[in-house]
Amino acid sequence: MERLTPQAIIDSFRKELGKGFISGSVYEREVAVKKNKFRRLWVEVKRSAFRDAVKHIFRLQEYPHFVIISSSDLGSEVELIYHFTIYYGHHLEELSLGIRIKLPKSDLTVPTITDLIPGAIFMERETQEMMGVKVMDIPDGRRLFISEDVPEGIYPWRKDETGPQKLLRVLPGRQPKKAGDEG
Amino acid sequence: MAVGETKKATYTIPVGPIHPALKEPIQLLLEIDGEKVVNTDVRAGQVHRSIEWLGMNRNNPVQTIYLAERICGICNICHPFCLVMAVEQAANIPVPDRAEYIRVIAAEMERIHSHMLWAGVAAHEIGFDTVFYLTWRAREEIMDLIEYVFGNRVTKAALQFGGVRRDITAEQLPRIRQSLDYYRGIFEHLRRIFLEDKTVEARTRNVGVLSTEDALRLVTVGPSTRASGVHKDVRQDQPYSAYADLDVKAITPDIVTGMVVGDVYDRIIVRLLEVKQSVEIIEECIAKMPEGPIMSEPKMPRLLRLLTAAEGEGVARVEAPRGEDIHYVRLEEGQETMSTWKVRAPTYANLMAVPTILKGMQIADVPIAFASLDPCMSCTNRIAVTDRATGRTSVLDYEELHRLSVEKTKKLQG
Repeated sequence: MERLTPQAIIDSFRKELGKGFISGSVYEREVAVKKNKFRRLWVEVKRSAFRDAVKHIFRLQEYPHFVIISSSDLGSEVELIYHFTIYYGHHLEELSLGIRIKLPKSDLTVPTITDLIPGAIFMERETQEMMGVKVMDIPDGRRLFISEDVPEGIYPWRKDETGPQKLLRVLPGRQPKKAGDEG
Repeated sequence: MAVGETKKATYTIPVGPIHPALKEPIQLLLEIDGEKVVNTDVRAGQVHRSIEWLGMNRNNPVQTIYLAERICGICNICHPFCLVMAVEQAANIPVPDRAEYIRVIAAEMERIHSHMLWAGVAAHEIGFDTVFYLTWRAREEIMDLIEYVFGNRVTKAALQFGGVRRDITAEQLPRIRQSLDYYRGIFEHLRRIFLEDKTVEARTRNVGVLSTEDALRLVTVGPSTRASGVHKDVRQDQPYSAYADLDVKAITPDIVTGMVVGDVYDRIIVRLLEVKQSVEIIEECIAKMPEGPIMSEPKMPRLLRLLTAAEGEGVARVEAPRGEDIHYVRLEEGQETMSTWKVRAPTYANLMAVPTILKGMQIADVPIAFASLDPCMSCTNRIAVTDRATGRTSVLDYEELHRLSVEKTKKLQG
């Protein structure tokens, strides 16, 4: 397969996704003595275009390497970043690619990608239990890390009232922290 | 398909305290038909310690470095290495060149000790306890060297944002070279033991096979994926730190045997050659290491202020001994803790390949096949065995499994 430059990859996403494409950027950092470049691409898409974006990665790399889903609670919405890498196998040629989607807290659902990448199952199960994002059509929706005795509706990575604060044990003589308290 | 779906009666095994012989617990639920494994379900998370939550809610980033060191005792450089690089990207902190080389030297020393440890465990799993003692004796050399250079055998507290906390001085170099020569000297000996012994080959050839395609589809990482013939190594593909100056090549088993099977034997080849490769990398780093400072911001209050004022995100990947490790960090201005911290250790990705690897294997091969991934939760505490003929579920403990594995080796030896 033909290898595109980072900017050409961003442009190909824009062309492919049309209105579903929100933004794209390239991050570069020089490392060590020889100042070789370390490159990462960021692409933000709408949820409706998310699966098309993942399918588009398959046009760039036969087996895209899927690394992890990271999720952040941004207050009124939850941001998911699907971290991929493409063009691996050769010195200095690999590119990291982060597909970013933002979901409103009123509708925390995302389509599964396990039909495209079977190795995404643990990441989707983890996002589901830790962040409370429902993965639609997930083949195995059981909990992965959280034990059975943790009540439903508690999501450890959330920073709102569904966070784990009320499950924390407070040591004698110490005051419990309020949700949203810093420091 | 989850285990037990074809059965009438299954039950949940209570997750109790950790077995005294093991480091970390994990549960495999094996569905068997006679002696053959039909299906496996992996149950992780029995010691979920909420480390990411602590980094997001309790600790400031500098404290989190030491927390990251404790994610895994063996990978006590890889995790903080990954974290500091992610935060350095997010807060735009420069790193002196000399520090980059010292980081790589520390990471490669860790790889040598991790792979030697694994070789011992693998020998133990198939009942070769003399080889287990021999490799762990050889591993002491690198542990002594780590203690000599970084002041501690295990958690070294060597890394800091914008550099490292300890320099490598000219007086230390002869002692470092002595250890590297030791490993070069014993390499041939280890190669003969692991790659030419008939019994080792009989127990590991065509056992726990992971095809190239499965390795790619199940996104496996590290030696487990390279043994399946995938040229994937972060040090080669997207080199970070001083690796960008070196020319590291991903090691695949066809270098030695001319073919890729993707079994346990191939995983031994990859790890053995990587020990040799690490020795060469350390030597190259020592030769190329530039002079200069080792930290860009030595004053702690100023560093903390800089981190609190920073706004941004960073992602870093490190090739840990077990494979690719990634940390994602988001910093928000005015917030003392990190706003998001996501860690994915290599075993997380490799565990998804366990059902594929164990499928169709004998129970006696389960310990070595599972251990060949070098899972960080090193041993299988308890395994529930469901017999397809009777539909009965019983629990095999680790000792029982180990006995089965040793018996099989003895039978092969005649």
